[in-house]
Amino acid sequence: MEFGPHLLLASLEGAVSAAVLALTAMGLSIVFGVMRIVNVAHGEFFMLGAVLAWWIASMIGAHPAVGFVVAIVIAPLAVGVIAAVADKVILQRIGYDPERTIVATIGLLYILQQAALMTFGPDARPVTPPFNQRIDLPWFEFTKNGLGLFWPWGLSITSYKLFVVLAAILILTGVWLLMTRTRFGLIMRATQQDREMSQAFGVPVDNVFAYVFGLGAALAAIGAVLVVPVQQAHYLMGHDPLLLSFIVVIIGGLGSLPGTVIAAVLIGMSDGIISVFFSPTLAKIVATMAVAMVLVFRPQGLVGKAAS
Amino acid sequence: MPKNNTRLLTRRQTLKSIGAAAGAGLVMPSIARMAHASTQGPIRLGFEVHRTGIGSSYGRWYERVGTAAAKRINAMGGINGREVEIIAEDDGTDPRRGAEVVERFASLHECDAVFGTLFSHVVFGAAPRAGELKMPYFVISEGYHVAGGLLNRYSFQPGITDVRAQVKAMAPYVSQNLGKKVTMFIPDFAFGHDHRDFFSEAIKNQGGEVLEVIAIPPTETSFTRYFPRIPRDTEMIYHVMVGPAVLTFVRELGEFFGGRGPALFGYIDSLEAVDTASPGLEFLEGSHFWEGMPRFMQPDADAHEKMYREAVGIDENGASVDDPRDISTAGHMFGVWETLSVIKMGMEMSGYQTRADTGSFIEAVESLTKFPLSDDFPQGEKIFNGKTHQVFGHQNISLVEPDGKLKRVHRTSIEDTLYENDVDYTTQSL
Repeated sequence: MEFGPHLLLASLEGAVSAAVLALTAMGLSIVFGVMRIVNVAHGEFFMLGAVLAWWIASMIGAHPAVGFVVAIVIAPLAVGVIAAVADKVILQRIGYDPERTIVATIGLLYILQQAALMTFGPDARPVTPPFNQRIDLPWFEFTKNGLGLFWPWGLSITSYKLFVVLAAILILTGVWLLMTRTRFGLIMRATQQDREMSQAFGVPVDNVFAYVFGLGAALAAIGAVLVVPVQQAHYLMGHDPLLLSFIVVIIGGLGSLPGTVIAAVLIGMSDGIISVFFSPTLAKIVATMAVAMVLVFRPQGLVGKAAS
Repeated sequence: MPKNNTRLLTRRQTLKSIGAAAGAGLVMPSIARMAHASTQGPIRLGFEVHRTGIGSSYGRWYERVGTAAAKRINAMGGINGREVEIIAEDDGTDPRRGAEVVERFASLHECDAVFGTLFSHVVFGAAPRAGELKMPYFVISEGYHVAGGLLNRYSFQPGITDVRAQVKAMAPYVSQNLGKKVTMFIPDFAFGHDHRDFFSEAIKNQGGEVLEVIAIPPTETSFTRYFPRIPRDTEMIYHVMVGPAVLTFVRELGEFFGGRGPALFGYIDSLEAVDTASPGLEFLEGSHFWEGMPRFMQPDADAHEKMYREAVGIDENGASVDDPRDISTAGHMFGVWETLSVIKMGMEMSGYQTRADTGSFIEAVESLTKFPLSDDFPQGEKIFNGKTHQVFGHQNISLVEPDGKLKRVHRTSIEDTLYENDVDYTTQSL
């Protein structure tokens, strides 16, 4: 394939993975920003979203679009409730102590993963996309008659993949509006800035934490529901999103929402492009290297504010 | 010294009775053996299953076939008059755990032999430990590791043919019918490397060439990014993918080409446990697949094949009789059935009773040469090479019909699969 179309294809693939990554990492970032805890089980909430999407879609059995629409509403809600309950039952009891939270969420990771293995089984399961047209993309070339268009072999995307990118943009805009324009967002930001003072002003901090933990997990689940018609649901699928989300959140600046989006686009696109032109392994190496560099030279992240 | 006298007497009596027992044993060996057998309990076979991890679809079906085969052997009277007990353990499709499981079979469960491993990286992890423990280890893996001399005298592959034999036999058909300029998609571990090495050689002998080999990490979930590396003059794409993402792989391959691409030849591995009528797979119509044994019941299926399909519980479409969505790994799993038949033959030839007889059991298996088409070997007749510990058999090439079913269009001879020995395990000490 020629360089130009090749690059376009790589960018399109990169955009899809960046979109899903932005949603997943946003969940992790909100949880860290407000609650100041590291949620190691985040990838498993992603997996739960995918598995529930398969379960719902196969239960409904009508037109794939119906199953998908129900799944994208119900699965994130269900995952959010599970996460909120986990927060109330586990994290609140250990007082969000940083070390104990890490250990507890590692435990949660294994509980969720093994529960999925025991109920959902070890197989990868497909979800039919609600719509999926292949869209051939043209490329230009200079001919004797000036600029001409042609359709290179394999340069295409599917309508569903475009939808994933669009949906991610819409949902992230919604999250931004929620954080900046609503009363709930105000409460969250107040809790983030000063937990004790918020409590003094009558903010039910414990409940806010449960909501935030649920919201973070639900965002991961939305990302998973979007991606599962492209990939497949599998009980071990939580590893990669967890690693990449951490990379994104560290590069973007822990708790910074714009930083998270910028870093997700950077990592997603570079992953797409490097893995097309070189190898997927090199893409992971570059991303991990970037984390190391950020930690050394700009520990607060690209957008994060330095600790005062 | 009355005490001493009594003791002497007792010892004499004991010696006498031992002599009498030995004499009786000589006169009536069969009775002695049966009495012996009944006190020894069952023959214990350790079954290393990929219940979880990337090999789990295969593992589920391997376990069903193993259970069905053991049930049949027990219904026929077991092995050497003893019941066969299968002890299955999950290795998580993980090499390290594979070695641990072999160790548990040897020391904890006191098994007589171990069988069942499929994924080649797990075989590589576990086989050396089996050799150290002097535990007969029967793999059903297709890898060239057994015949290639990379394992040891205790490792056998008598139930399924290896990649080298398969590609050698099929290269003439695919190069004549599908194309001579090939791009290969392989999983990036030993099994995929066998495909790369031996298919490149085989297609060269047919006047063709491999233009590009695209190796994909086993846990990859997204594939479109690899497809631009397919050279434009490719006439045929050769794909052999494994793991949970195989359906994504074939679907994205279809989306990439949009019906305008080169001819496709795949190993059924790329679609094992996947419904060929899944949405997004319509483009596979007219493409060819290798199958160890046909998934769909062929019109010319013989009585042995029908008996086997019924025993393991698959319907005409190769799906579970209990759940039509549960597609089997029919292309490979017959190997479990046939491996148990070989273990039975070897143990009966050597009169196997205890672990002390392992040496003669190994030698008995090595002395086997031919397996006839029968209920024991429903995939077809086979030739066994005792020096390389590898079996040779017929290969099938199937075509995807418009209704998504696979129809066998070519069956190679066994002679097409043979190659010169790379190893003689019988020279290694027991």
